[in-house]
Amino acid sequence: MTYLITQTLNGLFSAALLFLIASGLTLAFGVMKIVNIAHGSFYMLGVYVAYTVILRTQSLLLGAVVAMLVVGAVGFVMQRFFLRRFGNDPLAQMMMTMGFALLFRDATLMIWGGDPFTLQYPAALRGSMEAGEVVFPLYRLFVIFVAALVGVALWAVNEKTLIGARLRATVDDPEMASATGINVARLSGLVFAAGAALAAFGGVMGGPILGGYAGIDFDLLPLAFVVVIIGGMGSLKGALVGSIVVGMIDNFGKALVPELSYFTLFAPMVIVRTLKPTGLYGRA
Amino acid sequence: MFSSYWVGLLTEIIILAMLAMSLDILLGYTGLPSLGHASLFGVAAYAVAVLSTRYQMGFWTCVLGGIAVGVLLSAAIGLVVSHVRDVYFLMITLAIGMVLWGLSYRWIPMTGGDNGLSGIPRLELHAGLPFAGPNAFYYVALAVFAASALAIAILVRSPFGLTLRGIRENEGRMKSLGFNTWLHCYLSFILSGFFASVAGIMWAYYNGFVSPTYLDLTASSELFLMVTLGGPATLIGPVLGAGIIVLLKNVMSAYTARWLLILGIVYIVAILAAPKGVWNLGGQRSG
Repeated sequence: MTYLITQTLNGLFSAALLFLIASGLTLAFGVMKIVNIAHGSFYMLGVYVAYTVILRTQSLLLGAVVAMLVVGAVGFVMQRFFLRRFGNDPLAQMMMTMGFALLFRDATLMIWGGDPFTLQYPAALRGSMEAGEVVFPLYRLFVIFVAALVGVALWAVNEKTLIGARLRATVDDPEMASATGINVARLSGLVFAAGAALAAFGGVMGGPILGGYAGIDFDLLPLAFVVVIIGGMGSLKGALVGSIVVGMIDNFGKALVPELSYFTLFAPMVIVRTLKPTGLYGRA
Repeated sequence: MFSSYWVGLLTEIIILAMLAMSLDILLGYTGLPSLGHASLFGVAAYAVAVLSTRYQMGFWTCVLGGIAVGVLLSAAIGLVVSHVRDVYFLMITLAIGMVLWGLSYRWIPMTGGDNGLSGIPRLELHAGLPFAGPNAFYYVALAVFAASALAIAILVRSPFGLTLRGIRENEGRMKSLGFNTWLHCYLSFILSGFFASVAGIMWAYYNGFVSPTYLDLTASSELFLMVTLGGPATLIGPVLGAGIIVLLKNVMSAYTARWLLILGIVYIVAILAAPKGVWNLGGQRSG
């Protein structure tokens, strides 16, 4: 029983990180129909930038803020100068992001070297919590809590603000949205940059546990893609449900049959695609 | 005539050209952008490695085993992906490709994990050919390449191939003309998997070992780049693309270790400068 609860909490922690990564991916997909191979790289860049900042200032918060700003800016530049010109050609956009993903991987190696590291735990969150027989690290609970907050904030922006309304309109039908006067190009830039910043934030949150190493970008990318495929492309609710499903299955899969990790994700993906080809909450 | 370095390079080019052509059946002719194609190639290579090193099987068992595994896998994956199109197809093939990569990486008792499997016998010895050496292997590879290229050329010019192109251009119209477009896409996926498996078998014998890097995302996307850089929906384009990438990789590695950086720049420049591929630059469109 203790084992079950601990593993469930671990699964929720993975789900929390996945949600931070996948929500930006799914929104960018919804608005721009773009398959962003560089999304895992945003996560990776986030960890590395935060690493540098934390080494100097010892502050995880400052690291998170700087990482989000830097990576958000990188995302914005990428979208504005390299992706926007291929507005209606998803294949060209995908190739472009692939090029950037390789570039970021090698640039990271050049700048920070190849040694793996983990970020420091913030002092206040170093211990663990005990409830009966279950002992669980405080920091992991904190990340789950933060991701939940981000989820609520995203929901509020999406449902209650003018930008959210424009966003939903654009996801539904970009041409009609554009005809009603919504600046789809600018909105795409905003969503892409925000998604990049969110992935970087995920990187900082995951940093003390998963750390940073060359290759973490392509390790996490498939998980994020499976989340989006299961949840439905362009849907925030789908990203939430998909993250929990993938986080749980991946975690229990790794604990029970380590040889088949990753492969355990194949079944839910196929089942969902067969029953509902657009994913749980996706619209055709 | 050539030094063994160049013979090796040429062998690499023609095996990868075969693989790129197999992807072109899907990407260029059917309009289905697969970003997990290297996994079919890699799984066939693994089949050869497992059969020849763990079970000491003979040459033809390894070849047929590799093809059988590759084709059965394509048939299974095809069932899942044949009804989706465009970016959705891209995303799902990417995810499935990564899942298979994960399997090769983690299923250590069978695949050897990160170390891969080595000790695959040389093709000339294994097949009991009367001659051996890099040149002999090159001619075998060339013969297999020529046969595959001929088969693919016939395939894409056949009524079946024309239907695939029709589906690429306008699936709705093909459907209303009475074509079973799902079945055509499914068969196209399996055929593409067959040729990828053949290339994978040759690749396993050429290198003498297999490792998870054969089927990772970088491999799949390099392959994707070969086709789009060379010119999709042509038969020469993928060969040209494979040649450019292999040469670039080998020449550059003599000067710098920053191959990924260069590859990334090649992606970006290729898309900006020749979005329809080098072979289609002059405006002609063969095939």
